[in-house]
Amino acid sequence: MSASLLFVQLLNGLQYGVLLFLLAAGLTLVFGIMSFVNLAHGSLYMVGAYAAALAYGATGSFALAVLAAMGAALVVGLLLEVTIVSRLYRRDHLDHVLATFGLVMFFNELVRLVWGPQPLFVQVPEVLAGTVQVFSFSYPSYRFAIIAVGLLVAVGSYWLIHKTRVGMLIRAGAQNPQLVGALGVNIGLLNAMLFGVGVMLAGLAGAMAGPLLSVQSGMGEPVLITTLVVIVIGGIGSVNGALYAALIVGVVDTLGRVLLPLVMRQVAERSVADAAGPALASMLVYLLMALVLALRPQGLFPARRG
Amino acid sequence: MSSRFGSSAVLPVLLLAGFAAVPFVATALEQPFWISFFARILIYAIAASALNLALGYGGLVSFGHALFMGLGSYAVALPAFHGMANGWVHLALCVGASALIALAVGAISLRTSGMAFIMITLAFAQMGYFALVSLKQYGGDDGLPVAATSKFGGFDLGSTLPLYATALVVLALVTWWMAKLRVAPFGMALRGARQNARRINAIGLEARRLQLVAFVISGAICGVSGMLLANLNAFASPSSLAWTVSGELIVMVVLGGIGTVAGPIVGALVFLGLEEVLKGMTEHWMVIFGPLIVLMALVGRRGIVGMLDLWPKARRPATPAAVAEGGV
Amino acid sequence: MNRNTLRATALAAMLTTSAFASQATTIGFMAPLSGPQALVGQDQYDGFMLAVEQLGGKLGGQATTILKEDDQLKPEVGQQIVRKLIDKDKVDAIVGLSFSNVLMGSLPRLAESGVVAIATNAGPSPIAGAQCKANVFSTAWQNDGAAEAMGKFAQDRGIKRVYLMAPNYQAGKDMLAGFKRFYKGEVVDETYTQVNQPDYSAEIAQLQAAKPDAVFVFYPGGMGINFVKQMSQAGLSGKLPLYSVFTVDGTTLPSLGETAAGAIGAAMYDASLDTPENRKFVAAFEAKYKRTPSLYAAAAYDAANVLDLGLRKAAGDPKRLAAGVKAAGGEFKSVRGPFQFGKNNMPEQNYYAFETVRAGGKVVTKQIGTPLAAHADSYAALCKLP
Repeated sequence: MSASLLFVQLLNGLQYGVLLFLLAAGLTLVFGIMSFVNLAHGSLYMVGAYAAALAYGATGSFALAVLAAMGAALVVGLLLEVTIVSRLYRRDHLDHVLATFGLVMFFNELVRLVWGPQPLFVQVPEVLAGTVQVFSFSYPSYRFAIIAVGLLVAVGSYWLIHKTRVGMLIRAGAQNPQLVGALGVNIGLLNAMLFGVGVMLAGLAGAMAGPLLSVQSGMGEPVLITTLVVIVIGGIGSVNGALYAALIVGVVDTLGRVLLPLVMRQVAERSVADAAGPALASMLVYLLMALVLALRPQGLFPARRG
Repeated sequence: MSSRFGSSAVLPVLLLAGFAAVPFVATALEQPFWISFFARILIYAIAASALNLALGYGGLVSFGHALFMGLGSYAVALPAFHGMANGWVHLALCVGASALIALAVGAISLRTSGMAFIMITLAFAQMGYFALVSLKQYGGDDGLPVAATSKFGGFDLGSTLPLYATALVVLALVTWWMAKLRVAPFGMALRGARQNARRINAIGLEARRLQLVAFVISGAICGVSGMLLANLNAFASPSSLAWTVSGELIVMVVLGGIGTVAGPIVGALVFLGLEEVLKGMTEHWMVIFGPLIVLMALVGRRGIVGMLDLWPKARRPATPAAVAEGGV
Repeated sequence: MNRNTLRATALAAMLTTSAFASQATTIGFMAPLSGPQALVGQDQYDGFMLAVEQLGGKLGGQATTILKEDDQLKPEVGQQIVRKLIDKDKVDAIVGLSFSNVLMGSLPRLAESGVVAIATNAGPSPIAGAQCKANVFSTAWQNDGAAEAMGKFAQDRGIKRVYLMAPNYQAGKDMLAGFKRFYKGEVVDETYTQVNQPDYSAEIAQLQAAKPDAVFVFYPGGMGINFVKQMSQAGLSGKLPLYSVFTVDGTTLPSLGETAAGAIGAAMYDASLDTPENRKFVAAFEAKYKRTPSLYAAAAYDAANVLDLGLRKAAGDPKRLAAGVKAAGGEFKSVRGPFQFGKNNMPEQNYYAFETVRAGGKVVTKQIGTPLAAHADSYAALCKLP
């Protein structure tokens, strides 16, 4: 494992982490402020991916595809918010889990019904189809683009949360929603806005992931689980936490996947090591979460509560 | 009978009697398929009952109970792979492993509550899933066929009828025990801990210890259901630990009536039955099933048994005893 | 006996035989119709149904009902479906049976029931060897076959160092084992990835670092599309020769397009094969489904024809169906060239090498050799069937 290979794998981990952050940012706000367990976030990611794939196929413009993805996710998300989610805010977590579980089933099947069970394959946009030389490796430009987009969103959300009035309301709402409501802020509208921003980010993630991975029914769930892990590690309600945790998880998972088999080959036969390695690497992330929860249940970088 | 359990004693007895009749009816109609179909329902009813102990009585939203079902399945498949078909060994391994892992999982998870508890139980189930997938020599992702099903002397759980009978007996025992537990000191304390842990602690009972005990027992019973499942399918697979399975168990418990005695049975029956019916109508049955679950969540968590319980009471003025019984 | 009794007996005999003969045939067709491998499942179903349609909706001369089932590539779901087909629907035969892991999961039930099962997408080594069953056939291949052909081809071409990759399940293991059986050069590394893993960036970086002369992969369906696309995104298309089986084929080529140019694959079939049966098959398939058939469609098409002939030979007696199908294997005209069932009910057939090339603005496959002819698998000796 040379230094340059390690660096390239770090980049891969970073790119994965950034994708996770796009999903985690919205989800953590919804969890933290509305205390709403939204398992359907992965479905909105899927909606975004489908919208982008279809728009890209129809227009050939990737920029339009991304906008379409965010728009579609926003529309669907707000519809859900108004009809279902807003009724469940005050209820038990169990109700959230049940409702969103049903939604996941529904969306997966709906997408299959409308677009068929075959995956959609999206081409990488021409301008980003090349490679960049990183030491002796050629690294796909598109993945660099994802990293760039993710960092932009991170900066943007930092600015939104810490430098704007809306952000101040969000932070206040995270600490004490009732008080903020009592002060005359339309907490219902704020919640809806927050939910909307969250799902738009999910749609964006779906659009970015499309050319890399295939767009298909059920694509949201594996990513959702990892996103939930990221949020818990980072601290529910904290966007900063989501960023750091996402990067940590992305890097740990990717490096784990490549390093663990190498380590295991010293002690076990190759095919066993190659099977156990990635599985154990996946376990690593959950182990990390369990550790964090056991020792520091509020997360590693919790939203500061006054 | 009626004063201790209320109207709810009739329902479980009726259901169990119905289940007992299935093999006879199926054989008469020359449709043996239904025996294995209902055996599956019985097995999931046992698992749902186990979850009901933790979730309904204890208030612990465990999103990782599929872990115990999976452990139970592999407790059969792994010894069978090495040639051990002795049912007692399988059972001991199953209960032992499930209880021990439940103890570990519970001890760590109960340090948290709310969202974090849900997530951490999910995490443990995922860890179990990946651990099993990594066992390449035991099939890994493909799963492990059960080379030798559990044999208790001459009684082979691998044949459908003995399995059905066993599952029915286990379900009956578990249901009866849950009914007794509901009003026994441990059960009352546990349900009290669910409603207000601080008060329970104030009385001198340790809420967390009660919950841990309940979690361990719940895990062990769930493991037994996994053992039965492995014998039914002659197959153990990591995908039985998927988080969707845990989610389905929760749906079954809530659908049936969370915290009630007959709830898990009704829930498993309706869930799997509805699934089968809808599958027959359209291959896109999840488009209907999903929103039904959403509706159930929106409408309220009484569940089917809860609604059945309320129905006669709606015509009677509420008495203090009735309120205490009806409120979960 | 008097004339009336004779007439009555004759009438009764006629009625019973005609009643027997007019029993409709029910066939269960099980394939992964959802998820990343839905392309494979759909192609198989279409190939099968095309044959049935050409036979007038009848198999074995009887009106046939086909029950279509989706196993979602999950062994437990496959098991439940097989159980339902056998116990509830009482099918006469089961076709398809999905991928190796699903097939293996359903094997106990299939063996126990004795119902004829024809796999159209798998031939795992256990079933080819010690666990062979008289009623379980494959009209596709024995898993190692195509990989063996690719290994021989790479060996004959003088490739010195190869990097191997496959998903972590039975067929993946079989493929790499098959390749190594005939390839005698250096195996730089052997990597098993998670089934249906979507992102191969980490593995591709490892691949680049190892600097092999060629890479051999087995990534069916959606996995193949993701892998080849990502390899191309990393700039490796055209620079690192790609040898594969079941990765670049009729189902994946439409989505891969240019990124697949230069890839070399081995298979028992490709639409470009020049046999009279194949030309007719491809023309009919393209006319009906507006796309080129893949090897999966061909395997299923052949399965229907084998089953048809087998049913005719069995003449309504379920106990003779297995023998009928086995005999039919050597007699029917397959679209892939020479074909017969071996002792272990696995195919004995040619394996061809194909290259994906750019031609007239499109990418097409063309045959570049026949590394293995009338090839039987290496597990037959372990099978105890007569």
